[in-house]
Amino acid sequence: MTMQHMRLDIGQDGIAILTLDQQGAAANVISDAWMAEFATVLDQLGAAEGCRGVVIVSAKSTFLAGADLAMLDAAFPTMTLASGFALSQQISKLLRRLELLGKPAAAVIEGAALGGGYELTLACHRRFLLDDAKAVVGLPEVQLGLLPGAGGTQRLGRMLGSRKAGELLLSGRSVRPAEALELGLVDELFAAGQGVEAAKAWIASGPDATKPWDRKGFAMPESRGLAIPEVAVGFSMATAAVAGKAGFNMPAPVAILSCLFEGLQLPFDRALAIESKYFARLLVDPVARNLIRTTFLGRNAALKGARRPADVPRRDVKTLGVVGAGLMGCGIASAAAQAGIAVVLVDRDQATAEAGKARVGTGLEKLVTKGRLKAEQAETILSRVSPTADFTALAPCELVIEAVFEDAAIKAETLHKVEAVIAADAIYATNTSTLPITGIAGQSARPDQVIGLHFFSPVELMELVEVVMGRQTSPVTLAAGLDFLRQIRKLPIVVNDGRGFYTSRVVQRYIIEGAAMLAEGVEPARIENAGRSAGYPVGPLALLDEVAIDLAIRIVDQAIAQEGDAYEVPPGVEILRRMKELGRLGRKTSAGFYEYDAPGGKRLWPGLAAEFPAAAEQPDSATLKERYLYAQALESARCVEDGIIEHAIDADLGSIFGIGYPAWTGGALGYIDTVGVKAFVARADDFAARFGPRFTPPASLREKAAA
Amino acid sequence: MNEVFVYDHVRTPRGKGRPDGALHEIPAVQLVTQQLQALQRRNALDTALLDDVALGVAQAVAEQGGVLPRAAVLAAGYAQSVAAIQLNRFCASGLDAVNFIAANVRAGMAGAGIGAGVESMSRVPFGSDAGAWTSDPRIAFHNHFAPQGIGADIIATIDGITRRDVDEYAAESQRRAGQAWAEGRFARSIVAVTDLIGEVVLDRDEAMRPGTSADDLAALKPAFAPLAKAGYERIAQEIYPQIEALQNVHTGGNSSGIVDGAAAMLLGDAAFGEKAGLKPRARIVSWATVGSEPTIMLTAPETVAMKALAKAGMAVADIDLFELNEAFASMVLRFMNRLGIAHDRINVNGGSIAMGHPLGATGVMILGTALDELERSGKSTAMALLCAANGLGSATIIERV
Repeated sequence: MTMQHMRLDIGQDGIAILTLDQQGAAANVISDAWMAEFATVLDQLGAAEGCRGVVIVSAKSTFLAGADLAMLDAAFPTMTLASGFALSQQISKLLRRLELLGKPAAAVIEGAALGGGYELTLACHRRFLLDDAKAVVGLPEVQLGLLPGAGGTQRLGRMLGSRKAGELLLSGRSVRPAEALELGLVDELFAAGQGVEAAKAWIASGPDATKPWDRKGFAMPESRGLAIPEVAVGFSMATAAVAGKAGFNMPAPVAILSCLFEGLQLPFDRALAIESKYFARLLVDPVARNLIRTTFLGRNAALKGARRPADVPRRDVKTLGVVGAGLMGCGIASAAAQAGIAVVLVDRDQATAEAGKARVGTGLEKLVTKGRLKAEQAETILSRVSPTADFTALAPCELVIEAVFEDAAIKAETLHKVEAVIAADAIYATNTSTLPITGIAGQSARPDQVIGLHFFSPVELMELVEVVMGRQTSPVTLAAGLDFLRQIRKLPIVVNDGRGFYTSRVVQRYIIEGAAMLAEGVEPARIENAGRSAGYPVGPLALLDEVAIDLAIRIVDQAIAQEGDAYEVPPGVEILRRMKELGRLGRKTSAGFYEYDAPGGKRLWPGLAAEFPAAAEQPDSATLKERYLYAQALESARCVEDGIIEHAIDADLGSIFGIGYPAWTGGALGYIDTVGVKAFVARADDFAARFGPRFTPPASLREKAAA
Repeated sequence: MNEVFVYDHVRTPRGKGRPDGALHEIPAVQLVTQQLQALQRRNALDTALLDDVALGVAQAVAEQGGVLPRAAVLAAGYAQSVAAIQLNRFCASGLDAVNFIAANVRAGMAGAGIGAGVESMSRVPFGSDAGAWTSDPRIAFHNHFAPQGIGADIIATIDGITRRDVDEYAAESQRRAGQAWAEGRFARSIVAVTDLIGEVVLDRDEAMRPGTSADDLAALKPAFAPLAKAGYERIAQEIYPQIEALQNVHTGGNSSGIVDGAAAMLLGDAAFGEKAGLKPRARIVSWATVGSEPTIMLTAPETVAMKALAKAGMAVADIDLFELNEAFASMVLRFMNRLGIAHDRINVNGGSIAMGHPLGATGVMILGTALDELERSGKSTAMALLCAANGLGSATIIERV
């Protein structure tokens, strides 16, 4: 067999070095071919008589990535419980062979060892980790809706106990060297270049090559299951914590707990089989599929420039102009400065611009307090921001982002002032969330160089940026915008121009539905709980309070003014108008659907019951949840029909990362596929009959269902 | 069908279920043995006339496992021919033990037997018998498991029962229990517990606090608020989405007390009474058991009461006296509200909030208490009922003869 993924060298000293080095790839990935080669290596190690042990190292910057998720994604359509089980058992049994080789195996980890990569090291008898912040270990499978299916739950559970192992498995977090050593995730730390020697010395010392669980008499409290009250309480509370944190939409967290609970009571090989069976159950569940497709593969592709026109040369921004030193402008300035970009921060007078820089400084100080930045780094970053009231300072900028007040006249004036000073090939971006880009570009002498870059608040926490193409925006401008977002590590989606673009248009459907329910007499707590139960971060009424009720009304009124009779006035809008009359505009007035100074903290306003009396009969929560999911999915389908969305993944990423659509659905369009387009259309028609024409499926969807 | 009669019943005083409780040194099997011996002694009973001893135990593990009643039958000096069986329906176990004997007598498959119950909560602590329903993640997750105290707080929240309501109910339970003891209303059934040298270790319910007022109780901390925050509030909202925030009104003071105790009831058909020379005190009219929504867990009494009444062809108004186990104040208040039962018709001698709830024994105790009270007050019909974990519930109706 020609080895393409790894090479084995058995030295004079009888110590074998297995170097993971996948040819023609940046990282080692576990695939069918990888497994075949690894099996061969195990044969060779077993047969080599003088061999005293093996050291596993990687020639790549990371140790070994887990399974090839693109391969897994491709296999999903034909995946069955049996084939999923077999897949997991195949790799699990290989690693088990290494563990039972009878010769000590050491892993030398010099870069990230996560997922399947870390599981390989867990099958080794000793783990050596480079003492460097980039060398992290962990089992992040839960974030993809999966569990570690190659012994990870069983080995970690037996090494750390169910409680500590559960914390790591359920968070999926990466652990840095010092903590990894303290927790026992690795056995030794080493300084750069000394790992292999340390591992060889350990093998030379003739260590025991058995695992505790393969020795007679191995037991831990969890082995006796519920016979130990503390174990029973532990699993009971852990289950409650999973439900409390993740709700009931995610199958992976509770499956991980079950692997620990059931597996730790069983002999090791039977425990591995249990883990594989739970793994198989997740593989045939649409949630894992959705998370992998959208939040991993789709997100990674977008980050790598999936929507970037390929034939345009890359153009990095060295100096960025930001006009408007408000919340958004400062957030953008800070993100750019952190990426090493010089920022000219312009506002109407020097003092306002200076205040903006100070705001950036305050944000950076918070990162220092949290330990995410060193004080001197923060200082360097802040020094990149030059506040000024002088528009001519924008002259060297390759890109200027306008983040001024959402008013067409102010936006036009700003554009003129900027275009007067910037280079002919510079890009002009607007951070508007509502005004059509084409209209703003209409003020420009070079409308092909105008683009929308819609950042989300707070900029430092929100990865998504909605890139909006005006009618005349050129591919070169798009490429430049995406190149900049890549510089500052933001996740782009690309959409076409239209009222509300994609995200602002679709988020409205959630809050409108909440208001409609209130108008129907649904109890407010049911409205809010249904949102959270469906997997939204907050209920629609809470979101309305954040957005501000007068703003929501203004958006509706604008639509009425622009579209007239063609616009279906949302059924809850009278509720909003009444709230405005009452002066309850939301969080900004400390009074909205919620009251904010109640003794127990934020609470639904008790006055709602009198203003909007509850109906005698209350709907079931399942219907309310579906109404949210359907309303936003339908609006997304209309965005496809209207040409706002060209690629489904943009809607899926935009809905999840921009406006809190539940990730388990795979996104607002992914949800339609999850339900099945036929069933979706039938249900939407049913909702349209019961709740109003806003649920009527667009023609394109109906055609798809009929096909 | 044979008529089933109650001939006698006894119970221990309830000891605090802690290491300093009076009954802590007495093994569970001895609590039962002494009750069996008392029944034999007070009725000069030829135990060879008995077919079976059914014993309810909610935590049938460790010293309470291994078919404890068979060991007790032998230790009590009963005839070896007397069979034994252990039953578990959580808190309803004792009442179900009575119902089990009643069923066999009614069917003609047994002539007489003893329905009994025991729980030494100081010796076999709460949680010793954890099961899949609470602790197997796959089951607990999909069943939306929440502890009983959370269920009690759910009831308070959705039924609008306030902290003051539950504290006032609890104070009244204490007052009634104190008065019942002061007037000797339990005297006929209490059998003092003795130790290895024959000394009495307990002759009176130990956990009562008769002077307690609602104001005193208001000072206690909500017991289940930490659990609510640990994830159970979210679980409660999943099933009861009308809950914005769980009202944590229950405390150690308005929930049933943790105690040790045992009780036994002698049942048989008419022929047994004649052979044994005993006069029946009551007849078993009907009984029932149900399952109900498990997350709230404690609302089965409403449905099980109606089911037992239907079996008997009776209505709520036909019952003179209700004995509903006071697992938590809110579930009793809800039961009273939903069935329209005035407070003077239910738990008139206090309940588990004042005297404690020895899980497996309580069903036998409250049925016996109901019978004693019917005799004292000259009334005729009573229903004893309990909610039990995971949404279960049992009820029994008796009538004086």
